[in-house]
Amino acid sequence: METAVLIIVSTVLANNFVLHRFLGLCPFLGASARLDAARGMALATLLVLTLASIAGHLIFRFLLVPFGLEYLATLTFILIIAALVQAVELIVRAISPLVQRILGLYLPLITTNCAVLGVALLNVRQQRSLLEAAWFGFGAGLGFAFVLITFAALRERTDRAPVPAAFQGAPLALLTAGLMAIAFTGFGGMAGD
Amino acid sequence: MFAGIVVVTLLALGAGAGVLWLRRYLADGTEKLVAAIDNLLPQIQCAQCGHPGCRAYAEALARGATTIDRCPPGGERTQLALAELLGDAPGGAPLPSPARTHLARIDEAACIGCALCLPACPVDAIVGASGFLHTVIAAECTACELCLELCPVDCIALVPRPEHPVSTA
Repeated sequence: METAVLIIVSTVLANNFVLHRFLGLCPFLGASARLDAARGMALATLLVLTLASIAGHLIFRFLLVPFGLEYLATLTFILIIAALVQAVELIVRAISPLVQRILGLYLPLITTNCAVLGVALLNVRQQRSLLEAAWFGFGAGLGFAFVLITFAALRERTDRAPVPAAFQGAPLALLTAGLMAIAFTGFGGMAGD
Repeated sequence: MFAGIVVVTLLALGAGAGVLWLRRYLADGTEKLVAAIDNLLPQIQCAQCGHPGCRAYAEALARGATTIDRCPPGGERTQLALAELLGDAPGGAPLPSPARTHLARIDEAACIGCALCLPACPVDAIVGASGFLHTVIAAECTACELCLELCPVDCIALVPRPEHPVSTA
């Protein structure tokens, strides 16, 4: 349990995937214009990250290591992430077609979220156990959801603020993301890598 | 090398089969969304949205294939209700149909009282009976043009509403 708490604190705050490792920046900027869409995106990504982390670990340990195929990790992870995202989209469609309609193209685009592949590969490189890998994926998803929703809330406000013309839209969004990343360096040292 | 090809191929086939299986056995929830949208539409089947009826329009909306501002009989109220359900912004453009500005008018001198236009009207805006003169209830007409083609003597025409004079330009 102690390791679980440590991993989650580490991945959500100290080593946040978006603001510390700079992974998954495309959906961070792309799906954060509206708060309700960001919320759906955050939940879907959380689900995919956790599942991909577990599936990646199992496939690496029971399929790649016995055949000495560790060098194929990246390729196989991309494959299973693509399949997982398809599965998650089908599940979302069955449970809430409304969310599927609102998220639209962003749902299949989780496939190309580099944080998902990053989590699976980091699990392997740092030789985590199955349980640690699951917590790591879940924590990474939680961290992604946290910063995505916070960022979307900030952007909804700055969109309505009187901003100099040169800073309107994307420039201010990028500046806001940078300031958030600086703020998150304050958590550095709270937990190891 | 050979083992790698076999493992990756099997993995790809397995993943594909898994997704296919899910697609087949997981219920398609879109039906629920279509029903919810259909519920908000006026159900007069006037086809002014370009779809054969309200249900078809609801299906197109659920797929994201059309916009929420296509229903003239429903007007602003339907559009706002759809916007709330689907999270789409209400369209800024006015309704694309002449519902507000035009109505059907029967040329009473030419009408032969055949009653062919009566069942065609989705909102029952035409009064009359076989052998009697017909006329259009202005407040009910949505200018859907469904009655125009059916008249054997071409005595029905779409005219501007008196309270909305259209410029001649």
